[in-house]
Amino acid sequence: MPSHEPVDVLIIGSGASGAAVAWSLADTKMKILCLEQGDWQNPTDYPSNGRDWEARQFNDMATSPNRRQLWSDYPVNDDNSPIKVLNFNAVGGSTILYAAHYPRLHPSDFKVKSLDGVADDWPIDYHQLEPFFAENDRMTGVSGLAGDPAYPPQKTSPMEPLPMGRSGRILGEAMNRLGWHWWPSDCAVTTREYEGRAPCINLGHCIAGCAQGAKASTDITYWPAAIRAGVELRTRARVREITIDNATGMANGVIYYDRDGVEQFQPAHVVVVAANGIGTPRLLLNSKSERFPNGLANSSGLVGKNLMFHPYASVWGYFNEETDGNRGPPLSLWSHEFYESDQSRGFVRGYSWQFGRGVGAIMEAQQSFASGRLPWGAEHHAVYRKLHNHRMNIAAICEDLPEEHNRVTLDPVLKDANGIPAPKIDYTLSENSNRMLDHAIARATEALREAGAWDIGVEKPIRNGGWHLLGTARMGSDPTRSVVNDWGRSHDVKNLFIVDGSIFTTSGGVNPTSTIQALALYIADQMKQRLATLFD
Amino acid sequence: MSKAAAPLPAWGDPILSDAEKRSLAALCARMIPASAEFKVPGADDALIQADIAKSLDRDAAAVHRALAQLERISGGSLADLDIEKQEESCATLRAEGGADLTALGRIILQCYYRDDRVMISLGMEPRPPFPKGHTLPQGDWALLDPVRKRGKIWREV
Repeated sequence: MPSHEPVDVLIIGSGASGAAVAWSLADTKMKILCLEQGDWQNPTDYPSNGRDWEARQFNDMATSPNRRQLWSDYPVNDDNSPIKVLNFNAVGGSTILYAAHYPRLHPSDFKVKSLDGVADDWPIDYHQLEPFFAENDRMTGVSGLAGDPAYPPQKTSPMEPLPMGRSGRILGEAMNRLGWHWWPSDCAVTTREYEGRAPCINLGHCIAGCAQGAKASTDITYWPAAIRAGVELRTRARVREITIDNATGMANGVIYYDRDGVEQFQPAHVVVVAANGIGTPRLLLNSKSERFPNGLANSSGLVGKNLMFHPYASVWGYFNEETDGNRGPPLSLWSHEFYESDQSRGFVRGYSWQFGRGVGAIMEAQQSFASGRLPWGAEHHAVYRKLHNHRMNIAAICEDLPEEHNRVTLDPVLKDANGIPAPKIDYTLSENSNRMLDHAIARATEALREAGAWDIGVEKPIRNGGWHLLGTARMGSDPTRSVVNDWGRSHDVKNLFIVDGSIFTTSGGVNPTSTIQALALYIADQMKQRLATLFD
Repeated sequence: MSKAAAPLPAWGDPILSDAEKRSLAALCARMIPASAEFKVPGADDALIQADIAKSLDRDAAAVHRALAQLERISGGSLADLDIEKQEESCATLRAEGGADLTALGRIILQCYYRDDRVMISLGMEPRPPFPKGHTLPQGDWALLDPVRKRGKIWREV
């Protein structure tokens, strides 16, 4: 098998966390290599450049890898889950396709056992991450408005918020009448020139890649800086397994398939896994050896277990007044009114809302066709005109508590193009999640009715809603109850680090990318502070 | 030497037969008829039909199955039935529903609602989002004053 010169640090995955770690470690002047199974994206190829921009989100830019089936994708057996896995495989990973809604976890999210008696506390807290949240906001280019009473007061954003729009005003006025919290979201979208990036021009199609470059995917934020600082990024390199020196029990490199499908061995002194909450356990479970027969870093038996998705409910309403439709970033307002625990609601923990401005013309037609709202025949046109650009939606992101039966394993049959076993997902909604979803739907319906909605639609849970892949290599102080320690190092393998969403101890109830990246920067900082004793 | 046929994509044959095209056009005419009131063509318009025929993509297999479902319901080609029978067959198709019909509907609608004439009728500019983008009202964040006045809602640890 061809081999390469050893590197000091080998990072697997170039998405949200891998990019942040690569950039942060670059100032050590170590030899750093990142292996990425996908390739660079060309913004001129993004859907917003063409008339088929809405159609492509069902085809080559679909959020589901099983639908997309690009050469860079691996299949996921999610038949046994009501929520389907979404991701993207490229330089930038799933930040290419995310909506760039960018809240942080709350301080309470790190201490759910102490506060509410459920799950486990994280071994770190919000205030330890706070400087890394701020550093990440600067690198990413975050827009927002300081002073949100849902967060500690020190939180600020580098840029002013995205426009409120018609939709925001209608919903904001309704939320005020109800006395409920709402606020302009932190968004990883520029609202003015920022570090060589142009401001948002309201293409309205943040998901599926930003042709303007206003949305912060890591291929245009961290990677240019990391590469300038000397990091090597090798694309079309799909890692099959992490290899071990059986004498020392330390990781000594990886075996990967190059762009021609040829096996390669890449030696490394430190391995950092950043392949997301599905890809990371898949890789660890596929890295079996005499010393680690149940998969790497898996003495606790918890690799792949405690998968958390964030069950979503979507509630949408139709209004007489014209809304924004797709004429702006879809997400730019949130509410954390029901975020913190209140036992009187019948469930523990809580959820956030993200307000949706509306949808595009084709999406409206397709969804209303599927729901039966849009008739066939002569009535079609008149009804459609009442729906098009007259919709707003509220999506509830529910905290998903860790349960070991929700898990990622290796599929015994399904394999990717290189013959690597595909991940298999087993997941059920808990009773707590069901009650939380029902509460969120009832309150969102109330908010939309207050805003003037004359018709309401509901999806519970959002089937294609597995954007957030968390918890499958959890962080903790107890090696029997966790996979990595409080600074991301594997309990079992002292030169193996995990930095992606799989290390979340609990999920919180917000989009996780900001916290994933702050965690990655925190772990990189810990590694730098401990370089002399990194393997002790 | 004969040239080997190119393998079909994993998601099915992207080409509709002539019979399938006839049924599809008849279905589209029932589904979205032309409207003089709104100055729009029907979904059976030749340009829209041509767009549909080249846009099956990852739904190709589902579209073939949905058209076969329609043929079964119609007892042959939908296009050969009188209008009343066509309406009955389409109502049955919609009542039976299913993922294949959803996929077929998605293709028809995506091609219909990106047609220039239809977009203009809806007050839209027939163009891609980039590079012109859109404008939105900035709004007045003084609307947040009641939220500010209420004060902190985050939970101390």
